[in-house]
Amino acid sequence: MTVAMEKTEKPQKTGAVEPPAPARSVRKISRSMVIGAILVVWLVLFALLRGKQTLALAAADLTDLHRWFNDVNDSIGANRNSNPLFLYFFNEIRLVIDSLVTFVQELISQPSADRPVPQIGWLGVVGIAGYVSWAVGNWRVALLAVAGFTFLGLQGLWQESMDTLALTVSAVFVALLFAIPLGVWAGLSDRFNRIVTPLLDFMQTMPTFVYLAPLTLFFLIGGASATIATVIYAAPPAIRITAHAIRTVPQTTVEAADSLGATRRQALLKVLLPMSKRTVVMGVNQTIMAALAMVTIAALIDAPGLGKTVVQALQSLDVGTAFNAGLSIVVMAIVLDRVTTAASAREEEARRSKNRFLAWRRPLLGAGAAVTAVLIYLSHTYIWAAEFPGEGGVGSSIASAADTATTWVQDNLAGLTNAIRDVITNGLLNPFQSLLTDSPWWLVGAVLIALGVVLGGPRAGITTTVCVGVLIGTGVWSDAMTTLASTVVATILVMLLGIVFGVWMGRSALVDRMLRPSLDAAQVMPPFVYLVPFLALFGATRFTAIVAAIVYAAPVAMKIIADGVRNVPATTVEAATSAGCNTWQIITKVQLPMARGALTLATNQGLIYVLSMVVVGGLVGAGALGYDVVAGFSQGQLFGKGLAAGLAIVLLGVMFDRITQAAARRTSA
Amino acid sequence: MARQARQWRVGAAGIAGVAVIGLTLSACGGAKVGDSSSDAGGSGGSGKCGTFNLAVNPWVGYEANAAVIAYVAENDLGCKVTQKDLKEEIAWQGFGTGEVDAVVENWGHDDLKKKYITDQKTAVDAGPTGNEGLIGWYVPPWLAKEHPDILDWNNLNKYAAEFKTSESGGKGQLLDGDPSFVTNDESLVKNLKLDYKVVYAGSETALIQAFRKAEKDKEWVIGYFYEPQWFMSEVPLEKVKLPEYKDGCDADPEKVNCDYPVYKLDKIVSAKFAKSGSPAYDLVKNFTWTNDDQNVVAKYIAVDKMTPEAAAEKWVEANRDKVEAWIK
Repeated sequence: MTVAMEKTEKPQKTGAVEPPAPARSVRKISRSMVIGAILVVWLVLFALLRGKQTLALAAADLTDLHRWFNDVNDSIGANRNSNPLFLYFFNEIRLVIDSLVTFVQELISQPSADRPVPQIGWLGVVGIAGYVSWAVGNWRVALLAVAGFTFLGLQGLWQESMDTLALTVSAVFVALLFAIPLGVWAGLSDRFNRIVTPLLDFMQTMPTFVYLAPLTLFFLIGGASATIATVIYAAPPAIRITAHAIRTVPQTTVEAADSLGATRRQALLKVLLPMSKRTVVMGVNQTIMAALAMVTIAALIDAPGLGKTVVQALQSLDVGTAFNAGLSIVVMAIVLDRVTTAASAREEEARRSKNRFLAWRRPLLGAGAAVTAVLIYLSHTYIWAAEFPGEGGVGSSIASAADTATTWVQDNLAGLTNAIRDVITNGLLNPFQSLLTDSPWWLVGAVLIALGVVLGGPRAGITTTVCVGVLIGTGVWSDAMTTLASTVVATILVMLLGIVFGVWMGRSALVDRMLRPSLDAAQVMPPFVYLVPFLALFGATRFTAIVAAIVYAAPVAMKIIADGVRNVPATTVEAATSAGCNTWQIITKVQLPMARGALTLATNQGLIYVLSMVVVGGLVGAGALGYDVVAGFSQGQLFGKGLAAGLAIVLLGVMFDRITQAAARRTSA
Repeated sequence: MARQARQWRVGAAGIAGVAVIGLTLSACGGAKVGDSSSDAGGSGGSGKCGTFNLAVNPWVGYEANAAVIAYVAENDLGCKVTQKDLKEEIAWQGFGTGEVDAVVENWGHDDLKKKYITDQKTAVDAGPTGNEGLIGWYVPPWLAKEHPDILDWNNLNKYAAEFKTSESGGKGQLLDGDPSFVTNDESLVKNLKLDYKVVYAGSETALIQAFRKAEKDKEWVIGYFYEPQWFMSEVPLEKVKLPEYKDGCDADPEKVNCDYPVYKLDKIVSAKFAKSGSPAYDLVKNFTWTNDDQNVVAKYIAVDKMTPEAAAEKWVEANRDKVEAWIK
């Protein structure tokens, strides 16, 4: 979910700058012919050279690089108590962040020094949530916030939810503290932007499992490590989006400020920042969502909150309890998403309904603040307002309903799902995988580079060459190819679903409104929750991993394609209708071709999202890179291999991102 | 002017409203925070024990050990127990950083012992838990009943075709892979010349789900598993006999051709904790119980869905004599 919205806007902008390609149709035909030729050559060579130079590496085997990573990790662990870097740098950071987290926790979730309950009880928190939502957004999202937070209490998960909220708030605060200045810098300086972009890619695609264990070595077990892990993953979207916002402030406005004699500082504070405020708030939104996506993973290093409930419930395969906690995360995510979205849209709304609204606003805000203060006081003082009343009956009914539903699905659909699995595995996945893993490494490498050049141009070709080279260096080439096969199959399925549902949503506002909440839920529900039923339906197989990836990645593709279809000018569609086109023809001849940019972008995002599920796939039978990372997290002697596998995932991600982005720029030109 | 007047009116109404709400609420206020201090402090504590940081590794058997030890430490010794949910690797790392005092069910982990006990000297062995851990290849009970000869590895090739799946590339599938455990299975398959392929399920959840479904739908599944494990009380899997374990037969990972050893599960504590003189250390050191004891508590947690604390309380109150031996 993180980079989606930023990139939706990018291609149009950059695309407009490039000169339109002359005689495109001729070039396009030749391009697809070239691709066809590459594939034919590959197949022929594969038939001849099958099984040679595949660089296979058994699950327990290590290369020198992996051993070296292990040694580095060990020596850090052995020296941490004497090294000044730890004593004066990491320990200080940890102290600051730890006290921040503890402060927020004592405020809303954990008993503080002399009190059996936190400073602010549930009534106060609900009051604050409602008031703040109303102040930065509108009354509708305020109602949603109040209802949502109350629901968390009814689920019987108030304290867990507040722990999660406390951690999210701290992480988002720290992330923004760094991200907004860095984003502004990246927006102003092209050079800094070029340096920081690969770093951000790295932070977002490197699986968290890889650095979770080393983090606890640097920052110890507890709130600080969990917060920092979350910050690493959640800060990049805010940096990217802030930079993007600064960049898109019209040049003329900046020049006008310049000619009026504004200093650099004035131009920044009075022109650039205010004008990009709306987009920056969207960056905050993306950061919050990314932080919530880390809740279950942070639980693996003892981060308190809902993630712990999910992880613990799964030890005894208790799907109902896990689902209930997962639902809390979804509710919290939806509330926070809607509130921040409303906040970014508010300014315009306020401008439109100017006078009447503004006159009422200030006194109402004052009154609201007073009411909230009373609620906070009550929740600080009285037990009924401090501890959420009731036993969480709603939660247990949700849990048992979820249990019943999964049992029914498992009992009744397993035959069907196994059939689907076998068709796709034998018909698509196995042949493709053996093509990738049984070809000599230099052949696959050459094919990837050639495809990079043809699809994305010479610059993408250079990136691909570098990525292939480093990929071989990681020593997990064969596993990377296995993962690549599953990733491509998953992306194809994501795109099929994306096109079907995206077109449907794009053509009907009603369908869009009905589907969208479930799409949001599919994106924020922790995958751990639905892995158990998926395992029952599809067994511990690569296909289960593919299905999990589809659940996570398809919503993004659907949303982007729906957006693209909706942006096809209505007049064009009308013209086609009056020319006698039927619905099918309109979709295939008008809407989809005109939404070509959106389709490429959806492929890009689909692929990246599928890649981000590789590790989760490793937990359910995907093997390969995902399993390497998980095993590296669990077994000390495999740490280095896990790190190498994590690097391989990053490399695959960067490679595809550059190729598809270059292709997107070309198609929208 | 009119506008300003309206503003005032709203402001006044707001304040009045607040006052009314405030009055009503404080009138029927109810219990105040801090009023009833009776249940807040617990059993007071002797002060001698202090804080006891107990790692909780992510499987139910471990949770049972930890819950019982935590319950006794809190209620009989007056310690303040902080339980930390951590994977093994990170828990051991915590000995050095001082964040973890004890790990109370350790499966072998010779590599970690070498690193933290022998090399870094941040951890020490605190004796066996009394539980014996078995690792090996298991089949669902229905399969063992219908084809009893499958429980001998010599017959495995006979059935290889039955174990074929979409993942195993034409061979029989040996389902492996809780990533936390060391496995020799790839070498075993090779050295015993079995017509099987090791497929990595990737998590305990995946293994349990596979066996559960296999028993219910009478499917052919053979896989890596271990006991004591709560799942055994739901589906009593049968262990396949591999060539007997002899000392040193697993020394070279490439050449392993024997069963896994029986693991004497043990407890590891941080060196600092062992020297601290805390009664919690003596508790950890003296703690032993049987596989059956652990299975009872694990079943309370996993099958009866009790909280670990409630499960521990139930077992401790029913087994006072055993507990007394740990804390005398």
